[in-house]
Amino acid sequence: MSLAVRAVGVRKSFGDHEVLKGLDLEVAYGEVLCILGPSGSGKSTFLRCINHLEIPNAGYVWVDGSIMGYDLRAGVLHELPVRRLRGQQSQLGMVFQHFNLFAHRTVLGNVIEGPMVVRGLRRAEAEKRAMELLDQVGMAGRASSYPSQLSGGQKQRVAIARALAMEPRVMLFDEPTSALDPELVGEVLEVMRNLAKGGTTMIVVTHEIGFAREVADRVLVMIDGEIRETGKPEQVLSNPDDPRVRTFLSRVLS
Amino acid sequence: MIVRAFAVGQIRWDVVGQFLTARVIVIGFGWTLLISACALALGIALGFAFGIMRTATNPTLRFAAWLYVWVFRGTPVLLQLLIWFNIGLVFPRLYIPGLVDERMVDVVTPFVAAVLGLGVNEGSYLTEVVRGGIASVDRGQIEAAHTLGMTPGQTMRRIVLPQTLRLILPVLGNSAVGMLKFSSLAATIAMGEMLNAAQRIYFINGAVIELLFVCAIWYLAGTTMLSIGQYYLEQHFGRDATTAGYRKQWFKMSSWRAMASGEA
Ligand SMILES: Nc1ncnc2c1ncn2[C@@H]1O[C@H](COP(=O)(O)OP(=O)(O)OP(=O)(O)O)[C@@H](O)[C@H]1O
Ligand SMILES: [Mg+2]
Repeated sequence: MSLAVRAVGVRKSFGDHEVLKGLDLEVAYGEVLCILGPSGSGKSTFLRCINHLEIPNAGYVWVDGSIMGYDLRAGVLHELPVRRLRGQQSQLGMVFQHFNLFAHRTVLGNVIEGPMVVRGLRRAEAEKRAMELLDQVGMAGRASSYPSQLSGGQKQRVAIARALAMEPRVMLFDEPTSALDPELVGEVLEVMRNLAKGGTTMIVVTHEIGFAREVADRVLVMIDGEIRETGKPEQVLSNPDDPRVRTFLSRVLS
Repeated sequence: MIVRAFAVGQIRWDVVGQFLTARVIVIGFGWTLLISACALALGIALGFAFGIMRTATNPTLRFAAWLYVWVFRGTPVLLQLLIWFNIGLVFPRLYIPGLVDERMVDVVTPFVAAVLGLGVNEGSYLTEVVRGGIASVDRGQIEAAHTLGMTPGQTMRRIVLPQTLRLILPVLGNSAVGMLKFSSLAATIAMGEMLNAAQRIYFINGAVIELLFVCAIWYLAGTTMLSIGQYYLEQHFGRDATTAGYRKQWFKMSSWRAMASGEA
């Protein structure tokens, strides 16, 4: 199977509010997919269903060929114990809007945490690899700082390094630049651009239309828990078929 | 003789000085310290155990922890001390197959009763503190740990509890000071700690106030030392520049809550 992520019929409700109304998605290895859509349309929820931070009410998600949260044995699906679900989740690197760095760990401590605890790497090995990643995101010089001493852009670059340290098959970004001061957005997008160039499979929820146009292989527009439009960035962004997508884009592009 | 001591109406400081370093008093203070330390350790252990249970997804665990807090925070600590001390009246023998089979009075000595009484009571109070601390650790960090593949246990141990501990350190400092003082209640169950020793002396020589002052001086010395220790401990943990951030967050949260409830 050459798909990095495949979602089929993913539904999610909170109470009687149906947030995701049966979504299908296929993402190939090396592909960069940008998800756009108005606030409240369910973009975050969709990402969180993909990595099972939220358990979908219906539908399945395959990552790297295996079904998230389940074990297929003799044609029957068995729910996975937490430990094995976590193993699957670590195949998906997640970058959050609000960074979510471990406040009691240094920058280096944040990056080595996963490799040491989950993958059982020795400290020296984990640190060596972490320093390479920090170098890659331009944060090697701040390895011994604590998160509270960093700017938002710096925090987000550390968060990206932390997610990469688990060597995930796919990177998920949930509005990685939305909480940043405008002058700090560029440094984070730059790191992401380099990741994309390096062939990383990425699903990016973003309001940065410029980034989507330039970096994405494919753009997807979600409105009210449905996928309304998907295709090449130039086609979706300049000439969408769906009238609601046109209204949404004209609002963000203006 | 007691009447005489009051009638003189003055403190004989030479008597205070004489008993300040008296052997029984110093040994008594040693017991005071030992009871306090053991009870505090027990209280912290129970506080963390039940505090974690309070946040568990399993309703039985949550209920057990709630029950513990309800019972032990809802009754006076002096009463609890007396009950532990007299527990032999209800359960004459302590029998755990293969481990213990003894008369209860031999197991629950005044010392054990004091440590149990004070520690279990403190634990019920710290349970709520720990629960609050755990609840105030940022949800986002927990989710981040999960996406890295950390199990709930690993997340609790490595991400949540260390931050909880830092957050509640000032409360633990107050607990230590409080425990040192509350250990004097053990005097009522014939535990030979300092206050009890002082009482036994002034029943004989009538120097009531003098001996109570001796105790006061020792307690003050103890609590002062603890406060200094607390200051340095907080300085030490403040060094990584996270504690200040938490305090702010904690403060912001509580003022936000106050605002929210004020508006409602
Ligand atoms: N845990 C939850 N409990 C209840 N409702 C939720 C929960 N999470 C999300 N929702 C609701 O689901 C809807 C979609 O939320 P979601 O965060 O996925 O939107 P979004 O597209 O990411 O929006 P934004 O651009 O503002 O981040 C919203 O109406 C939100 O209120
Ligand atoms: Mg969102």
